[in-house]
Amino acid sequence: MIFAAIAVVCGINLVVQTHPISSALSLVGVMGALAALYLLLGGEFIAAAQLVVYAGAIMVLFVFVIMLLNAGTESRGRRSWAQYAGVPLLLVLLGLVACLIARGMPASENVVFGQFTKGGPLDIGRALFTTYLLPFEVTSVLILIAILGAIVLARKEID
Amino acid sequence: MPALPASVPISWYLTLSAILFVLGIAGFLFRRNIITVFMSIELMLNAVNLSFITFSYKLKQVDGHIFSFFVMVVAAAEAAVGLAIILTVFKNRQTLQIDELSSLKN
Repeated sequence: MIFAAIAVVCGINLVVQTHPISSALSLVGVMGALAALYLLLGGEFIAAAQLVVYAGAIMVLFVFVIMLLNAGTESRGRRSWAQYAGVPLLLVLLGLVACLIARGMPASENVVFGQFTKGGPLDIGRALFTTYLLPFEVTSVLILIAILGAIVLARKEID
Repeated sequence: MPALPASVPISWYLTLSAILFVLGIAGFLFRRNIITVFMSIELMLNAVNLSFITFSYKLKQVDGHIFSFFVMVVAAAEAAVGLAIILTVFKNRQTLQIDELSSLKN
């Protein structure tokens, strides 16, 4: 509950702040709070991976690029029709989803810490290397392609 | 009466996921900085991850964790390539405002 409040506040802060660095730090807050929530839901491995991969690696990448590009405060642009139509549509979407969730899920079923214990590295690894072996290997190829693509895109032009 | 309940229903987790997703869409729509738009996408991915983990808890299966792991990996690859593209765009156009990057329009 506390972590959910932290996540929502940081998420709002991400959207509201005008400076990219502030948004990035808010996103780190969201990810930290989500890691705590994963831990409460029994996902020890995913919580650790969230902290290491997201809050660590990806956000460092973001902050690095922001610093590198010297990104300043963004200017107020022209508002397009999508933004005027967006707010009520987003609220409708949120209401609809919340209504569906409230109808589909029994409200009495509480989350109890420690009830789901299969989220540790042992069970994750077993599932990853037996049932999901092919997607895992394909993912490694995807990462290799991403590395090559990033290098090709970001290198200096050699003439 | 206690102000904060010790344990919350599962539906609250899903509602938090929906709220974060909507916030991500709002950032995607309203922000003009290409890096912030990119961060909004990451926020949406995180919201979906929370849904996966919650359903994994509810169904008592580990598959949701695996899917969440794959989403994380793909997000990492996407962030690397996307930020490289942003670097290239900035090198060529000297701007980060998405309104000025409209050469694909018309």
